[in-house]
Amino acid sequence: MRNAFASEITALGEADPRVVLLSGDIGNRLFDNFKARAVGRFLNCGIAEANMMGMAAGMALNGLRPVVYTITPFTTTRCLEQIRVDACYHKVPVIIVGTGSGLSYAELGPTHHSCEDLAILRVLPEMVVMCPADVTELRLGLRAALQQDRPVYMRIGKKGEPQVHAADPDFAIGKAITVRKGCEVCLIGTGNTVWTMILAAQGVQARVESFHTVKPLDEQRLVELFNGYAIIAVAEEHSRIGGLGSAIAEWMARRGGPMPRFLPFGVADEFPHYIGSQAYMRERMGITPEVIAASVIGR
Amino acid sequence: MDTALADLDLAARTLRARIIETSHKTGTPHLGSCLSCADILTAAYFGVMNIDPAQPKHPDRDRLILSKGHAAPALFQALAMRGFFPLSDMDDYGADGSVFGEHPPTPDYLPGVEAATGSLGHGLPMGLGMAFAGRLRGSQHRVFAILGDGECNEGSVWEAAMLAPSIGLDRVAAIVDFNKWQATDRSREVMKLDPLADKWRAFGWSVYEVDGHDLDALVKLLRRVPDGSGKPVAIIAHTVKGKGVSFMEDDNNWHYRIPTEAEVAKAKQELGLA
Repeated sequence: MRNAFASEITALGEADPRVVLLSGDIGNRLFDNFKARAVGRFLNCGIAEANMMGMAAGMALNGLRPVVYTITPFTTTRCLEQIRVDACYHKVPVIIVGTGSGLSYAELGPTHHSCEDLAILRVLPEMVVMCPADVTELRLGLRAALQQDRPVYMRIGKKGEPQVHAADPDFAIGKAITVRKGCEVCLIGTGNTVWTMILAAQGVQARVESFHTVKPLDEQRLVELFNGYAIIAVAEEHSRIGGLGSAIAEWMARRGGPMPRFLPFGVADEFPHYIGSQAYMRERMGITPEVIAASVIGR
Repeated sequence: MDTALADLDLAARTLRARIIETSHKTGTPHLGSCLSCADILTAAYFGVMNIDPAQPKHPDRDRLILSKGHAAPALFQALAMRGFFPLSDMDDYGADGSVFGEHPPTPDYLPGVEAATGSLGHGLPMGLGMAFAGRLRGSQHRVFAILGDGECNEGSVWEAAMLAPSIGLDRVAAIVDFNKWQATDRSREVMKLDPLADKWRAFGWSVYEVDGHDLDALVKLLRRVPDGSGKPVAIIAHTVKGKGVSFMEDDNNWHYRIPTEAEVAKAKQELGLA
């Protein structure tokens, strides 16, 4: 995903002179093409994220389209107040990209994990929260984000994520994508759990949805899903508190009426005090196709 | 005193009187902080900045960010006096639903405001972004950010201070309203602020110290930005909290105190505006 981001932002930067890329001392060589094709519009802001985010807001207030890129905790919680006040309160088009989201940097430990970002960014007024499932959604999502007149947060993985889409789907911010049809159960993923859900759906009549936008929530699609399925599962590489599962549960409670069986999967409310790969952590936290399939389908 | 300077002097005194009156009428605090930067605002808005209040969004306008956002009562009055909106717009100052309160609203809600500040340490980074945007467009506009000395406790100020000279942003001036106080104590005692000018110099800025109540000196200095050094400019403006009113000067109680009617009258008398 990192490489796809680099190549897409290069194309977008080449086409639109308003695009500026700000990086927090990360991505060595990754943005060489951008630097060559968008001369003067790459800015290594050093390891100083508060200033980086404030600068991005100042740029956006003055007609630029800044894209801020670094490892997720540092582009979100480290400079949360700048995001809240400078970007959101001013309602300016800053695109905030967090790389290595969720447990992508499992081996680096909880300082580099981000299992709270969706919750924290989602609550900010004006903020759009996106979580692309693969490089296709990343590419289309980034294009769509640049058309927004307000801040957008996009959490992406690192590299080698499986490809969900064989071809470009219709893409719009706030519109979920149906990636697999099925009538028995509905499995909702966001970001890298869309692929998890596709695997969990094997051998079952399961519909799989990619909620690449966590906010604004696709309530129209939720109505359809909640009217059509008796069992709905949501998985995310994020705390079970405050992320997509919570957002859907909030919507469900507001909506009232008959409720399907609702099964949220995500990270427990604790820091892992052990090391391990992303797959190992996922397994230990019960965010695997097997666990989801067993819970949902009882097989 | 030449005519231009006399005009500035009258503007500064009028600004002070309006701030004090409004504080009394609306219960808005931070009088000491407002009065300490009143001359800086007067010099910038009335003697230096390339601005046209009729075109508050003109791309080539000079920008001023009041990073010490709690001095917004001074900014509001200065903007109104400069013609960005009628003085009568402030009739609802402090009322429910008004935009005029203790901190600046966002630029969309009040012409002349460049950034909604209030949380300290935000203005300079935003100013760097604006200066970067200006440079990219080839604009000659300048960005002035007014910081409090207490505000210089914030780490983000020094993040910005380190980056600006690294990328050669020389059309930015950080003006520190060095009134020697912060909310609860002498600013040099809360955190080790001294030597403040040397700190900025060490970070790679072109540093000037000035009497922050000398309008003539302020105007001359601010007009020198950019100063040809290729560096961003830091101006350490030595000021007095509560400046202009004898019983408020250097008395930190006026960070929060609201003047009585009698105190307003006495203040206006001292300002020669009774």
